[in-house]
This record gives sequence, C-alpha cells and structure tokens, in this order.
Amino acid sequence: MKLTHAQVKHIAWLARLGLSQTEIEKLSLQLSDILGDFEILQQIDTTDVPPATHPVPLQNVFREDKIARSCSQKEVLANAPRQEENCFKVQAILE
Amino acid sequence: MNQLYQLSIHQAHELLKQRKISSLELTQSVLGRIAEVENKIQACITITEDTALRGAKEADSCIARGDIAPLTGIPALIKDVICTQGVRTTCGSKMLENFVPLYDATVIQKLKTQKAVIVGKANMDEFAMGSSTENSAFFPTYNPWDLDCVPGGSSGGSAAAVAADEPTYALGSDTGGSIRQPAGFCNTVGLKPTYGRVSRFGLVAFASSLDQIGPLTKNVTDCALVMNTISGYDPRDSTSVPYPIPDYTRQLIPELKGLKIGVPREYLVTGMQAGVRRALEIAINKLQELGAEIDWELSLPSTKYALAVYYILAPSEASANLARYDGVKYGFSEQNAPNVIQATEKTRQFGFGPEVKRRIMLGTYALSAGYYDAYYLRAQKVRTLIKQEFDQAFKKYDALVTPTSPTVAFKIGEKLEDPMQMYLSDVCTLPINIAGVPAISIPAGFAHDLPVGMQIIGKPFHEETILHIAFAYEQATDWHKRKPGIQ
Repeated sequence: MKLTHAQVKHIAWLARLGLSQTEIEKLSLQLSDILGDFEILQQIDTTDVPPATHPVPLQNVFREDKIARSCSQKEVLANAPRQEENCFKVQAILE
Repeated sequence: MNQLYQLSIHQAHELLKQRKISSLELTQSVLGRIAEVENKIQACITITEDTALRGAKEADSCIARGDIAPLTGIPALIKDVICTQGVRTTCGSKMLENFVPLYDATVIQKLKTQKAVIVGKANMDEFAMGSSTENSAFFPTYNPWDLDCVPGGSSGGSAAAVAADEPTYALGSDTGGSIRQPAGFCNTVGLKPTYGRVSRFGLVAFASSLDQIGPLTKNVTDCALVMNTISGYDPRDSTSVPYPIPDYTRQLIPELKGLKIGVPREYLVTGMQAGVRRALEIAINKLQELGAEIDWELSLPSTKYALAVYYILAPSEASANLARYDGVKYGFSEQNAPNVIQATEKTRQFGFGPEVKRRIMLGTYALSAGYYDAYYLRAQKVRTLIKQEFDQAFKKYDALVTPTSPTVAFKIGEKLEDPMQMYLSDVCTLPINIAGVPAISIPAGFAHDLPVGMQIIGKPFHEETILHIAFAYEQATDWHKRKPGIQ
C-alpha cells in the first residue's frame, strides 16, 4: 500500500484540511506505513459477521419531546470568532 | 500524614466530617502544592484558584449544616476535554485555546451537586489523541517518577498530577487506554467504566463509540467513591444506559475466594519488557494467594487485530467529529484566504497539530469511496469478533488480568517521530474499548525504578468485580503508597 502525493492531497481536500508540501511528503510515507500494517485485517474471514457500530445493548433510544431551556442568541455567539447583527459572520459564499 | 494535600478522598472526607479540617484548609494546601511542583510537572493547563477557594468556603458552610457527601469540599483536577461552564476548555489544542463552554458536562454537574472543589484543568494530548501528553499544543507534562520520562497519555496531566499529590483526585477520559496507561506509568489507580456507564454529555468528542470518562485516584476506595458520584443514566447522552448503579464500595473486601481470573496469553508477548512481565507474574501470584483461581492458558486469538481495528475506527469517528472545527462558530479561525473553503482549510491547517491531522487523514481515507468496505466496514466486523471473544471468556472467568502497558514510562521524545511505536504503547488497553467492557489499572510493582500497572478487565457493567479484585490486591501490597518524592 503506497499513498501518492496526489492521493494525500485528495484526502486532505475531502477533509478540508490544508497541508504544506512538507506535510504532504511526510504523511504520504507515514500513512503508507500505517495502512500497510492494517493489511492484517484482510486475513480474516468476515463472511456472515455483522458489523458492530457501538458496544451498548441499546436500540432505538427515544425520549419525550419536552420543552427545556436553550441557549440565548448572545450565549450561542459568545465564542464566535466574528459576528455581525447577531449572526455568525463568514466570507461571502455566493458572489 | 504531614500535609493535607497528601490525603486521599476517603481520609479527607473523614477529617472534614469530624470538623478536624476545613475544605478551605485542604484546598489551600492543594493549591500550595500545585504552586510548589507545577514548574517541574506541568500537569495543569488552567488553575482556577479563585473559584476553588470560593467553592471551598461554600463546601465548608454546607458541612457546617451537616450536609456532606463523599466528595464535598475535596479538590479535583479535570482533564481539559471535559466542559466546565465559564472555565476555558482547550482539549490541549490551539483550536480551542480560548474556548469557554456555556455549560457543564454532566459529570461536572454531578461533582458540583456534591460541592466538590475544582482546582483546574489538566494537560492532555491534543483532542485526547496520543499516549504521552507530548501532543499537547501548549507544553508536555513530565512524569513525577522521572522528569525525563513521559507520564503517558492522553490523560497524562491528570495522572501525573495525582501521582505528585497535586489534586486529591482527577477525572480523565479513555478512548483506547488514555486513563489506564498514564495511571500505570504514574503509579495511580485509573478506571475506564463500561461504555454507557458514565454520561459523555459535555465530553468533547474524539471517537464517540469508544470514549468514556473515568477517575484517576490515589487508591481503589477513592476510585469507587468517584464512580458512585459520576455514574448513571443521563437523558442527554443517548448511549448512557438506564441500569441501576450499585454502591461501588459495597464489594471492597480483602479476599478473592471463589473468583476465577483468566490471563490472556496474547497480552504477554510482543515488545514486553522483562521487568514488566516479572512484576506482573508476581502480582498475579498474589491474586492467587488471596484466593483467586488463576488460569494462565486463556487465549483471545483476535487480540492481534485490535490495533488495526482501533486505528481505523477511532480515526474514522474522529474525522467526522472534528469536522465541526471550521473557524465559524467557535475556536481558532484563520480568514486570510480568498474564499470560505480555503479559509476553512487554513483554519484547520494552523489550528490542529500533527497527530490530529494524521488521524483526520487516516479516518477520511478509511471512510472514502472505494476504501470504506476494505477498511471501515471490515474493522467494524472484526470489532464484533473481538467483542464475541470477550463475551465467551466471561462465561468462564469473572475477570481477566493483563499488564496495562508492555513497557514502563518511556523517555520524552523517544516515540514522537514514529507513530506506530507510539500506538503500540496502548496495545493492551485498546481491545477493552473495542469491546466496551470496564477495566482498571492499579499499581503493581516497579521495573527499572518506574511503576508497572496491572490491568483488571471485567464483564460489562461489573465494575464492582474489578474494584473488588483491585481492592484485595491493594490491601495485600503497598505499591500504591510509594510516592515519587518530588519537591
């Protein structure tokens, strides 16, 4: 298993993660090594084995739809890096 | 006992109840100890001196009214991945360096209901990803037993602080060993509860199907007392389980007659230090002397797949959980970019450290089109096999015993450039999170002058049994009383 620089860049794009050229080179080697060690999983026969998503013996957890206190607009915006007119501010998405 | 900061929870509780000491005196002693050793240990990211002293006075007025619970007035340090209202919660990351939560995690609410005193927030590997606390974006924590060594991780700040007698106890979180491995490296007690036992509400998510909050304490009785407080169903965590909570101190008895304990041989091989093996064998013989029946021939053959399963599942879940850090709602934000997508990329490039990036990349790869079946889905299936092996073993045994880590604490910097070597440090603890069962690490001897931890693994929701075995062992030994002697 060898990850090319192009593959690393593609994965970083999917994750919206900026990487420097040095990081791309380093990650291409490290991820290739790590993924190589994961090949061990291909040895196992998993036919008819159901996947486990979590270890709890619970299914379909519901709760009553109760009205409870929620955060105020001021609280929600308290940690915002930028805000304007009681909204989170982002760069223009549509030009 | 010379100083109040040296007290354990149950000792402090007795003295508080008898009004021989006040919470204020205890808290001042703990804060003084923190001031004395923090320049060497660096276990705390934030110290909340003022609120702690205020909390101690409130606790004292409760105690004066005769209103005292087991944790009332006793100082705790909280891993900085657990949200504390009004007190910044950084997750050891530049991304959340200035993040101040709007609410308390459920476990913090429970501590506050008992008027526990919170003295600060503990250092950790960034977003709990790591085994040495070297991945903290702020500074490393040093092992009080040898300042050239790591304290383990990711709850390294919590473990080192308790070992150095800074807080009376600490809370940590454990996704693949992050409470138990540092507890083992620092000679403290650390418990990872059964998945679903303790609410995760307010725990910053790393890998949601593996994360649990648990205590790091000076002894097993204290561990049971903290478990009594933090356990239980929480409607705000849909994976918390609505089972009744026993009194975890009820089974703390000093003998082990009638208990069957298995030692899975797969945990005694790869890369294990001879000194660790020797210490563990002596410890297991002690369990036998105490009346337990030991089987050294247990085999859990899927153990060899656990590392790969873990490092596919945990990064996959992390890559999804960490997608929320986009520089818009809270946290670090880098907007010097031509458009919104590049601003997001830059925010994440400069906000996250190398290990977090590595795991986001691994997880994104394992979940991406064309690789999902080969990696993520296959890992989930092998997770079923690993869990089934534990289920089978627990039909025959009441508990399993293994080393907590194959080695004692390693040198700072030793594994930083070799991720796979770092990951192997958790090889004995990862399978436990995969199966979702509870496990405790307790002090069980020394090798190369550094502490060795013994891991005791229990059936789902049978924390009582592993606390019982841990307690009996602790009563028969005095490893937990050894202190690093840091001044």
